[in-house]
Amino acid sequence: MDISGTAALVTGASRGLGEALALELALQGARVVLVSRTRHALEPIVRRICERGGEAHALEADLGSKEDIYPLAGAATALVGPIDLLIHNASELGPTPLRLLLDTECEDFERVLAVNLLGPFRLSRVIGGSMALRERGAIVHVSSDAAVNAYPNWGAYSVSKAALDHLARVFAAELDARSVRSFSVDPGEMDTRMHAAALPDADPRTLARPAQVASQIVALIRARSVPNGARVEASNAGAYS
Amino acid sequence: MKAASAPRSAPGQERLLVIDPQSGNYGDFSIRDLPEFFGAGDALVLNDAATLPASLWVAEDLELRLMSRFEDGTWLAIAFGGGDFRLPTEQRGTPRVLVVGTDTGFGHGLSARVVSVDPASPRLVRLAFHQYGSELWQALYRAARPIQYAYLSQPLALWDVQNAYGARPWAVELPSAGKPLNFEALFRIAARGVTVSYVTHAAGLSSTGDALLDARLPVAERYEVSESSAAQIRAARARGGRVIAVGTSVTRALEAASSAGTLRSGGAHTDLILGPGSPLHTCDALLSGLHEPGTSHFSLLEAFAPRALLERSFRHAEREGYLEHEFGDSCLILRGGLRVTELRRAG
Repeated sequence: MDISGTAALVTGASRGLGEALALELALQGARVVLVSRTRHALEPIVRRICERGGEAHALEADLGSKEDIYPLAGAATALVGPIDLLIHNASELGPTPLRLLLDTECEDFERVLAVNLLGPFRLSRVIGGSMALRERGAIVHVSSDAAVNAYPNWGAYSVSKAALDHLARVFAAELDARSVRSFSVDPGEMDTRMHAAALPDADPRTLARPAQVASQIVALIRARSVPNGARVEASNAGAYS
Repeated sequence: MKAASAPRSAPGQERLLVIDPQSGNYGDFSIRDLPEFFGAGDALVLNDAATLPASLWVAEDLELRLMSRFEDGTWLAIAFGGGDFRLPTEQRGTPRVLVVGTDTGFGHGLSARVVSVDPASPRLVRLAFHQYGSELWQALYRAARPIQYAYLSQPLALWDVQNAYGARPWAVELPSAGKPLNFEALFRIAARGVTVSYVTHAAGLSSTGDALLDARLPVAERYEVSESSAAQIRAARARGGRVIAVGTSVTRALEAASSAGTLRSGGAHTDLILGPGSPLHTCDALLSGLHEPGTSHFSLLEAFAPRALLERSFRHAEREGYLEHEFGDSCLILRGGLRVTELRRAG
């Protein structure tokens, strides 16, 4: 997909990978809607993009709340037009320190699924309909190594990301004939606040920069050779064209 | 005809009244049969406008409904007096008179100034919101609710008034002809070699509660036909396919965009009214909800079929218990439409 002129929506855009993705997409000419639970966290990023001559808008929404989905899709589409590129980046880790499944409260598990799985499903359902009609669009699901490997203590998050990968596959199977792409991408270990919350002892110097990973993900979105429904690693972006 | 009192809880429940102006007959079907009436080369045209929450309450005795957005970003709005959604609009109280220059707050950080009042009716005002961009849209979605209908048993939520494929929030009321079309139906239609295309039309207010104001509906409504849609629809006609408009909003947009004889892409405002004898340059057939004779909606159907046939078929629909209005059953006006089913029965 050509990024220039594209209407893009990025969830979880107030920091980390989401912020970096919004900046990279705007730099490449996309009209970007940044979403986060608090608007004020987005405003400096929107200002930075606009100062560089890009187009960006901030919208507040809680992806875990059913009531927020249509207002988010409606407001975003009013601002930048029908969404061509939807990036499900917002994620809920669950309570930290991370804990065993047997020690996880059901309500915490539900909240993680609400934000990481139901939110993306609901938003894709609203925005994907227009993509299917227009026969144009890409839905990117930000996944994790924890989606394919079972690590102790990563239960709720891990389960939500495994299901998110499969959501990406099923959407791809259903929408391929309408030229809508859906894939998931494992960003790898990054120097972000979420990573620090999950693994406080990790050495940040060994972790990838969000900006670098964002440019890999944008390269994957541009690439035509990523199979629809695939799960790809961001660090492997160079293998696709 | 009885009104459907709630949105359908499951897809595919709607009935389909097929009216065939060629044979002068009609027949009863299910919406699940719809794809079988179309064939390779036809084009089905949807209105992809999403529905805005367009009802803003200032106080218990004052509701403002957004009607239409002007290019300068101001809105035409209409005032209603007190009364909840169960009260028919014509029984609503007289709203207080709004004066030019009044600032009005709607809560959730949304506010507007009355910039003009219609000389013929003080209920019609032009509003300029104080917010713009993302602040405006965020606040509007928080402060406003969907326009409600007195014949429904429960108030409508925003998700009740959306079509499956809606995108830009231009409509102030649901373009309801498309409501029964889920993606299973659309994919089945596409699989028959039918082009599924779209326009965007800012479907407007259906009722003001005042006969004199209703006579001024529709106000000029915004529409847009993309270049690719125009090309698809022209190509369907060129190869002898039929163009099936889903709803009166699509019909009005396509015919307004075809005023020169052939369909042109682009965006404009239209207050085109279609009725008996109106020439149709682009639309061959219409999929629509059911609305009673005497409404402007019914009058538009007369551009597709003679009044006597429509009245006869609607009387039949009433006897058979079809449901009307936004969440009701559907009708398809298609020349030769019943031949398809005769062939099927014969074969």
